[in-house]
Amino acid sequence: MIPAAFEYKRATSAAEAISLVSQYGSDAKFLAGGHSLLPLMKLRLAQPAMLIDIGRVKDLSYIKDAGSHLAIGALTRHMDVETSKVVHEHAPLLAKAASHVGDSQVRHRGTIGGSIAHADPASDLPATTLALGATYIVQGPKGQREIAASNFYKGFLESDLAADEMLVEIRVPKMQGAGWSFQKFNRRAQDWAIVGVAAWHRKGEAGVALVNMGSTPILATSVANAIAKGASISDAAALASNEADPQSDLNASSDYRKHLASVLVRRALEAASK
Amino acid sequence: MTITENKPTSVIGTRLLRREDPPLLTGEAKFTNDLNIPGALHLSVLRSPYAHAKIKSIDVSAALKIAGVIAIYTGKDLQSSWASPMPCAWPVTADMKNPAHYPLAIDKVNYVGDGVAAILATNEVASRDALDAIDVQYEPLKAVVDLEDSLSDKNVIHTELGTNKSYTWPLLVEETPGCVEEAFKKAKYKVKERYVQQRLIPMAMEPRAIVAVPQPFGGDITLYSSTQIPHILKVMTALTLGIPEQQVRVVAPSVGGGFGSKLDVYAEELLCMALSRKHNAPVRWVEERSENTQATIQGRGQIQHVELAADENGKITAVRVRIVGDMGAYLQLVTPGVPLLGAFLYAGVYDIPKAYDFECTSVFTNLTPTDAYRGAGRPEATYAIEMAMEALARAMKIDSFELRKRNYIKKEQFPYVAFSGLTYDSGDHLLAAEKAAKMTDLAGVRAQQKKQNVPGATKLLGLGMSSYFEMCGLAPSRVLASLNYSAGGWEAATVRVLPTNKVQVITGTSPHGQGHETSWAMIAAEKLGVAPEDVDVLHSDTAISALGLDTYGSRSLPVGGVAIALACDKVIEKAKTIAAHQLECATEDLQFANGTFSVKGSPDRALPLAAIAFGAFTAHNLPEGCEPNLEAQVSYDPPNFSWPFGTHMCVVEVDTETGAVEILKYIAVDDCGNQINPLIVEGQVHGGVVQGIAQALFEEAVYDEDGNLKSSNLAEYLVPAACDVPSITTGHTITPSPTNQLGVKGIGEAGTIGAAPTVISAIIDALSGLGVTTMAMPASPQTVWKTIQAATSGGKK
Repeated sequence: MIPAAFEYKRATSAAEAISLVSQYGSDAKFLAGGHSLLPLMKLRLAQPAMLIDIGRVKDLSYIKDAGSHLAIGALTRHMDVETSKVVHEHAPLLAKAASHVGDSQVRHRGTIGGSIAHADPASDLPATTLALGATYIVQGPKGQREIAASNFYKGFLESDLAADEMLVEIRVPKMQGAGWSFQKFNRRAQDWAIVGVAAWHRKGEAGVALVNMGSTPILATSVANAIAKGASISDAAALASNEADPQSDLNASSDYRKHLASVLVRRALEAASK
Repeated sequence: MTITENKPTSVIGTRLLRREDPPLLTGEAKFTNDLNIPGALHLSVLRSPYAHAKIKSIDVSAALKIAGVIAIYTGKDLQSSWASPMPCAWPVTADMKNPAHYPLAIDKVNYVGDGVAAILATNEVASRDALDAIDVQYEPLKAVVDLEDSLSDKNVIHTELGTNKSYTWPLLVEETPGCVEEAFKKAKYKVKERYVQQRLIPMAMEPRAIVAVPQPFGGDITLYSSTQIPHILKVMTALTLGIPEQQVRVVAPSVGGGFGSKLDVYAEELLCMALSRKHNAPVRWVEERSENTQATIQGRGQIQHVELAADENGKITAVRVRIVGDMGAYLQLVTPGVPLLGAFLYAGVYDIPKAYDFECTSVFTNLTPTDAYRGAGRPEATYAIEMAMEALARAMKIDSFELRKRNYIKKEQFPYVAFSGLTYDSGDHLLAAEKAAKMTDLAGVRAQQKKQNVPGATKLLGLGMSSYFEMCGLAPSRVLASLNYSAGGWEAATVRVLPTNKVQVITGTSPHGQGHETSWAMIAAEKLGVAPEDVDVLHSDTAISALGLDTYGSRSLPVGGVAIALACDKVIEKAKTIAAHQLECATEDLQFANGTFSVKGSPDRALPLAAIAFGAFTAHNLPEGCEPNLEAQVSYDPPNFSWPFGTHMCVVEVDTETGAVEILKYIAVDDCGNQINPLIVEGQVHGGVVQGIAQALFEEAVYDEDGNLKSSNLAEYLVPAACDVPSITTGHTITPSPTNQLGVKGIGEAGTIGAAPTVISAIIDALSGLGVTTMAMPASPQTVWKTIQAATSGGKK
């Protein structure tokens, strides 16, 4: 469990981090909570030449009520999202999903921005923010831009982030009292989901996103459209995998995943509409 | 004075907290990798990425250029370092095939993880970097992964053997020739079942770690290893390296679990020793977790064919068993013997006639070698007979508990001479089973099941059970001889009362989590009438404990613990002669209680053990011919195995839409005879049950068709955590063993043996209304769901 040799720089501000990453280019990686990157490095599956530690960048750990949405700093720890009163009031689905990340030690260390920037389709927060219609603020040498979650995920562990850009804020629209449910199906409590579902439902309107059902987090638009057209929950849930293309692995074949997705979407929408 | 006042306060049977825990919980305990050995070189082992391949060439030139790398050796380079191949101590048959197995592969690799080169460096980072810099050219060969494919000999792994079959071991016991076949012909009911015991990875909390420290002069060498078997290791490494045995000292520091995986002589131990002598410097090796999944032995790996014949009442009339055992690429220390440990238990706890036909054929595969894993052969056997009993009950359309009641060996039949000739010394299966049923609220669960399991329901309730007999306390040496095992089964103990009446116990057992220091102190305290905290227990260092056969097979208490009790008796006998001398009476006039000798009938004439201990030390006033000091040594060979037993029950709820299984209730009623420390007994049962549940629901070493391990880390090999298993309710019956003075039987493996069939039979019970009659292990949600789909689609796709 010894990583290959690498250089290490610590950034104290977002601007410094971006300047460093511009300097080192694609050989560099940001280190936030380290809970995805460091295991890959220890197995030598990732061998970045330069680590830019952003763990001590001030002012990127916050949760603010910004009127129509919540603004969450990228370096906010999962535990802070999970226990925030503001998040519980305006985006309870996100608080619930954050409580399902790893175990308590992981949640005290890992960050929401790290999880989203890593773009792992098996992680809970990319799909949850996708279901909630979040947008992400990224900062590069030329300033900031806002990307809709639905345009952010490009492929397995690939996102719209350029090599010299850093995710700085997650903007989550307030849920306005919508019903919601987070379903995570796994064999051990602390594992990644075999299939996960983040869903909300409000008077003929719904948002559903799937965890681990393809190379990116999947927005189940067919389900949402069917609900909008007045379909029953179980009819809509049968369309759960329309946008998905799940992998087979030791825990689940692609077909079993599709079956699970329809069961879990149905359960999620039933719970959300209660 | 009344007799009650003189009655010793009992230490045995109390829930004394483990003295081992404060250092373990605070991090004070020193594991092998915590030992600070100045100047130690670091060893890394380059491992084969192929399951089966010829080594064409090995180029180490680039790796040797890395700063800190001192030397790199291939299998050929070290060929002259070994006096013999690595040991297998259990040649189960005279014609058993055993391929030569060296610490590093020579010319050909036979499993993913087989050692190819050894790197010595001044530090761990350099040796790790060197692993990536060695260029090995392989010529891949077809890998033999499947047991039935191996049996066919289409591809022979060890060509020099001419076959993949290592041995065939039969056990045919017939009252009259042909009576098994006859019984099957006459049987009113027959079942024929096939079960697969998936390979398991033992996954001790502490992976293996080794430091070999040579003395600068004279050739002595100390091996520190995270092992269960310092004594066996000492002999075996000395023989393999050709070093005089007295020059080898083996120390097992704190050891973080083993479950059988550290009951072995490993390549890395031999490499550390050989290279430390070559370089005259200490050599350290620490296993990585992913390395552990390939380079440390695995458990189970059997295909079982079981047939039962029964009469119209369900009374079993014959048992027929055929097993294919997966040895892996080579035979490790006791690999071939594992199926034999189960061979006597395929009749379970049942009263069967002499109509038993068992045969095991063991084969090589291009996979990590297997060896003993918690229970070793006995969980496999128990699973097969208990699941077959469930199948028989289904065939007869009766409750499986009722079927068991008709077949249990009855209390009054003990001591019971079994079909095999082995004597089951004691037992009361019905009592344990009825206690389990009561604790489970069997009737209540059945009533709830009727309400809940209605057509269309998606949450189905199931009840499962298993009754087991364990053959443990390994073992009477003469029985081991009859099984061709190369060593005995005795255990040694020394008990020494120091001048200040403090006690040293030296044991040949080698604890790695079992709490021997606490339990052995309790035994000596009880016998000698001292406080447990006044007893020090020394172990796991062959320079201190010269004699011993170590810890495995639930043997430590029924063999090693009894040896301590016997050594205490010898000490008391000697002290009695000194007391009689000083009190001027005959030894037969003395009684010993509460740490004091007194003259029967005149309690004022008394001498405490403390006074005798000091007197034995000064030696000023000892009887004629009496040696100074109070000390005794015992080597105890048990007259019989010990036979713990019990019944486990559980209640599960199966979600038929997803296949998820939740264990709602788990009841374990175990009878291990007298309990020294019930707290430790419960801990053993909890850990064992969790490992059994792990086999039933979670764990499997999954290989692809090329022999690559797909579940090679803890994200993919699913060891359950505390939050993934139910609360376990333990209960006990106590049937003391009549074969040893403590009345003890051993409890290390019981939980593992009981749990898997209990959980699987509960799942099948839940789904029986859907037509499900089998369930593969591990019963993952996907497996359960697919089994339901297959059963409910009525054979259609």
